[in-house]
Amino acid sequence: MTETGLEVRDAPTLPAAPSGGEDRVDRVVVIRPASSWPRLDLGELWHYRELLFTFVWRDIKVRYKQTFIGVAWALLVPVFTATVYTVVFGKFAKFPSGNLPYPVLVFSGLLPMQYFTSALTQASGSLVQNVSLVTKVYFPRVLLPMSGVLVPFVDFVIGFAVLLGLMGRFGVWPAGPAVLLALPMLAVALLTALGAGLGLSALNVRYRDVPYAIPVFLQVLPLLSGVPYALESIPEKWQWLLSANPMTAVIAGWRWAVLGAAAPDPAKLSVSLAVAAALFLLGLAFFRRSEPRFADTI
Amino acid sequence: MAVAVAVQGLSKRYQIGQLRAAYGTLRDSIAAAVRRLGRSHRDHRKEIWALRDVSFQVPEGQVLGIIGRNGAGKSTLLKILTRITTPSEGRAEIRGRVGSLLEVGTGFHPELTGRENIFLNGAVLGMKRREIARKLPDIVEFSGIERFIDTPVKRYSSGMYVRLAFSVAAHLEPEILLVDEVLAVGDAEFQRRCLGRMQDIGRSGRTVLFVSHQMGAVTRLCQRAILLDRGQVVLDGPSHEVVGHYLQTGLGGGPLREWPTLETAPGNDLVRLRWVRVVQDGRTVESADVRRPIGIEIAFRVLRSVEPMFPKIKLFDGEGGIIFNALDTDRRWHEAPACGDYVSTAWIPGNLLNEGLVTVDVGVVSLGGAKLRPHAAASMAVSFTAYDPGEGDSARGLFTGRLRGAVLPLLDWETELR
Repeated sequence: MTETGLEVRDAPTLPAAPSGGEDRVDRVVVIRPASSWPRLDLGELWHYRELLFTFVWRDIKVRYKQTFIGVAWALLVPVFTATVYTVVFGKFAKFPSGNLPYPVLVFSGLLPMQYFTSALTQASGSLVQNVSLVTKVYFPRVLLPMSGVLVPFVDFVIGFAVLLGLMGRFGVWPAGPAVLLALPMLAVALLTALGAGLGLSALNVRYRDVPYAIPVFLQVLPLLSGVPYALESIPEKWQWLLSANPMTAVIAGWRWAVLGAAAPDPAKLSVSLAVAAALFLLGLAFFRRSEPRFADTI
Repeated sequence: MAVAVAVQGLSKRYQIGQLRAAYGTLRDSIAAAVRRLGRSHRDHRKEIWALRDVSFQVPEGQVLGIIGRNGAGKSTLLKILTRITTPSEGRAEIRGRVGSLLEVGTGFHPELTGRENIFLNGAVLGMKRREIARKLPDIVEFSGIERFIDTPVKRYSSGMYVRLAFSVAAHLEPEILLVDEVLAVGDAEFQRRCLGRMQDIGRSGRTVLFVSHQMGAVTRLCQRAILLDRGQVVLDGPSHEVVGHYLQTGLGGGPLREWPTLETAPGNDLVRLRWVRVVQDGRTVESADVRRPIGIEIAFRVLRSVEPMFPKIKLFDGEGGIIFNALDTDRRWHEAPACGDYVSTAWIPGNLLNEGLVTVDVGVVSLGGAKLRPHAAASMAVSFTAYDPGEGDSARGLFTGRLRGAVLPLLDWETELR
């Protein structure tokens, strides 16, 4: 190295922690190499909660700007899909609908399914779509996929109004206390979408194959989750197989809660819940492991 | 005095491939993995250290300059301190809210209005919603675009966009400000505002870390500077000494500076630089014979023919002092130049410069009243060593000792015997 007489560099010693409460500095940030242990760091997420709401607010605002019919899309998409399903699967193919009117069965299944579809799509694209943020500012990257799974609830609520209308038209009502499980069932859908979304968004940073692969998977998912048929009307062994898919449990449970359909089998339900939890933890772990390299590779 | 930033043993390692192939497809990765199977151990030659064992402390209220040539690790250091990327080794402690002018306009969404973007951008920069709401009138006023505040920013001109973005950043009131002049490419007007803002913040007793290629700005604004080279701290001391050392060892510049893409080149939507080089006898030269003309060649592309503009150069000596400015006063520049690629060469006459290291700032500017208005500017774009082969026909004649002064011209002497 260059030898000069100007070397005034002190031996680096780290200062002691700031004394007392009179310090105007609220946070000392310690920067270290990324630990290999994935964690959710709830304290930091709490610190950044306003930013999460800002992202959600932004995405909702942006979503329907410059669309001609705006929020009406949130109605048209599920209604159109449900009509096609009802005609093709209900009328022509005569899929079993259990004890529910077919349109109600299909629509009640489509609602959580479409929530899941948009949540997964948005969450998995969230990092790449926010390149300028990821490469220029620090915030917990988890906020982006989190915002991605929260925003589609707006569409869900709008679609839910249609479901209520259908239920009134066909005279289907929730039966008893199971209705309290409606929200927890949605929480499972959220958790599943977030888990898969975290993993896929991190994968998408490195491999831009992800946006091509997801639609293929999402196209067959409604058929594998019992959207156009009642789960209990298919052979038992297939029911077990389908339980490995958390969305099967979500849709069956949601129908049970909101429409008073047959209660799902607890054993199969727990399989689904375990898969959802595992998916979430895996997705989070992969996300946290990849996180330190996002800005370098995106 | 309290320490605002403490950095200890900070290192950052990149895989070469990571830098080059920013992202690939799954197929590429699988192919690479298969290729790697052939080799048993990891290939360490493919790693480079962008930073290696960097340690320093910045006391509260100090303005620290960080200098070094391109690729020395300056930007990586700031990226670690702003937590955009993580270090491979070492640690850093930061006390207080960090703001950085590299974030200006970050997260702006074209579909949202100016007002909505203030909230969005403010939140991204770490302001609380209440705080933004309180500062909103000031931010709007400072930006000077009240009339368009409820218009989607996609309809803004680039100038309005930058003004709004800058206004938000200027109201962040960070305790520690990180400025990367290198990243603030493009708008020279904007670069000047950044410098002004930085000066204000520095004066108000807050801590500033300033990465720059403008040696004049570093010596003027910073009490202390560190010099990075190949990821390591080479020198740490009073800024004028560090800058002097940097210029004299020729760590800055080189005879050719090229910008690989137009987007990353200095400039605005009217004009962008393409390359700058030092020429003598038709070749790019690192050291130029002081007796013969030396050319500073500036290549730039005019993107929009809007207003008259012309190239200029500014020469500095080895201590960072200005030797002179030179403007291209040709009549052709009295009108807005047609779109296209231009190559202008400023010829420095032979026997004018003194010997030593010369660094050159270049720019394409317009007249702007009392000041020149830069469109595209590159500080320390190129450097070269002016030398005298000592054959007795230069301005120094037969004298071989040191002659001080910014220039050493060969004048016409007239002498009569009376």
